[in-house]
Amino acid sequence: MRAFLSSITRFTAQQPLGAAGAVIVALLVAAAVFAPALAPHGPKETAFAPYLPPSAAFPFGTDNLGRDQLSRVIWGARLSLYVGVASVLFGVTLGALWGVVTAYFGGVADGASQRVVDTLMALPPIILALALMAALGQSVNNVVLALTILLAPTAARTLRSVVLSIKASPFIEAARAVGCPHWRVIALHVVPNTTATYIVLVTVNIAYAIVVEASLSFLGLGAPPDEPSWGAMLTAGTQALEAAPWMFLVPGLAISLTVLGLNLLGDAIRDVTDPRLRGGLG
Amino acid sequence: MRRDYIVQRLVMFVPTLLGASILIFILLRLVPGDIAEILVYQTGSESSAIQQKQVKQLRAELGLDRPVAVQYLDWLANALRGDFGQSYLQRRPVSDILRERVPRSLELAALTLVLAVVWAIPLGVVSAVRQNTWIDYVVRVVSVSGLSLPIFFTGVLILYCLVRFFRWLPPLEFVELWSDPVENLKQLIWPALAQAWYISAPITRLTRSQMLDVIRQDFVRTARAKGLSERAVVYGHALRNSLLPVVTFIGWWGGRLLGGVVIVEIIFSVPGMGSALAQAVSQRDYPAVQAMVFVMALIFLGINLFVDLLYGWLDPRIGHV
Repeated sequence: MRAFLSSITRFTAQQPLGAAGAVIVALLVAAAVFAPALAPHGPKETAFAPYLPPSAAFPFGTDNLGRDQLSRVIWGARLSLYVGVASVLFGVTLGALWGVVTAYFGGVADGASQRVVDTLMALPPIILALALMAALGQSVNNVVLALTILLAPTAARTLRSVVLSIKASPFIEAARAVGCPHWRVIALHVVPNTTATYIVLVTVNIAYAIVVEASLSFLGLGAPPDEPSWGAMLTAGTQALEAAPWMFLVPGLAISLTVLGLNLLGDAIRDVTDPRLRGGLG
Repeated sequence: MRRDYIVQRLVMFVPTLLGASILIFILLRLVPGDIAEILVYQTGSESSAIQQKQVKQLRAELGLDRPVAVQYLDWLANALRGDFGQSYLQRRPVSDILRERVPRSLELAALTLVLAVVWAIPLGVVSAVRQNTWIDYVVRVVSVSGLSLPIFFTGVLILYCLVRFFRWLPPLEFVELWSDPVENLKQLIWPALAQAWYISAPITRLTRSQMLDVIRQDFVRTARAKGLSERAVVYGHALRNSLLPVVTFIGWWGGRLLGGVVIVEIIFSVPGMGSALAQAVSQRDYPAVQAMVFVMALIFLGINLFVDLLYGWLDPRIGHV
């Protein structure tokens, strides 16, 4: 426990911005996990007068349908975090495995997989997400699926280049020479050397996935309209720009703070895990 | 640059574009309820025997009863001749819509890029030259926050300020560049600024880190040692050698801006390709969606190809790997 505390102090001293990011992310996770206890009202409860400005009873006002904005923003954290974490875990993990296996074995399968990656990356990401949502239909889990398809090729390509350089190292040759089967070389010698890349990909892409989810909801193609998605709340706010500015400010600031926190934390994690940038941490 | 590098890049272009068009074609056929059903049932309330017959007839008329592969080849053959079919909802050729909308979106993307570069690169340079001073900290905080404010939030925020404090309203009618350039710029400057704010952040960060790398190298010290002015050292030697990755990064962003314009165009009511695409998707106008996505892939891949070749030309080592 003591060692844990001292490592936290050290991280805070060396990466003050990263520590600030970690605090924001911790608050977000807390809001997401304890949403039912924290939110004063249900996210879909329309029991109040519409367009109420912020007050003691409704700190963030109410929206066009008379729903409590504070409750919706808290439940929105849950939705954002779920979409962000689930899609990144599926997308980056699948993509990483895909990249590791094809790069390790090389040959025709590798060439073919590169063409698939090229094809999936032949479209601006938002456009691909839009087309996928049009085909899949609107639901929270389809957003996760669309994001998985969006993230996997990038992860595959990144991991592929990492594995290609690992594959050329003498220790892989040595492992093969002493008779390790391929699966053992991959599992024990290749994969552990890709963890730093994997961790960076995960942290960077969670923020990205949250923004894409919000963009899709903003365009009316993400989660169904009554779900408390920050992007959808922003769209509703845009339609009442002058009459009820809190309607777009609240979700907008929520997204921005979340992404800022994740970016700061991600930067710090990259600095700590990248050996070239590592200071005296040891 | 080796010739086979260029050839290889050019040869890859066509299969990738075809792959993307097949992907979209299949995706749009996975949608439950094809266009014939949508067109018939939107008029009537419940499905009757007559309507089912109509659906069948319409499918035959639109060629939807043929195998998917035949439909695709047919579409491709027409597309190569510049015929993308009829928009179901606007009831006019999709190629007309493209001709009207694509230039506007390209103009918006180009304007965004120019605005972003004009302030992002000098900021990055100043931040690196004055590393760890207050200017550096301000620039770094501004660029991290620029990265964190999603385009749809800054866009709406700018729109709100314009509406609230300047009584500015999104124009009812779009003015083309060639009919009145000044009025056209007035309409596009705000969406371009909103987007430029967002993309300038990574450009500033990259310029800064590149400059920091280069400024410590021996040839910069030599330049200083032989008595060049600080100005000549920074702009003549350091900056020129830092810009290579920045240039490719900007090119890469140029392609992605095509996706970004969807959102700004909607916020600022710019009738470009992005807003047309979003509308076509939500109204299930598939021939229009298909064509627009195809054109976007074409432009996107074209820009990527150009950037790759430019990179190979700027840095001759690339082609030899």
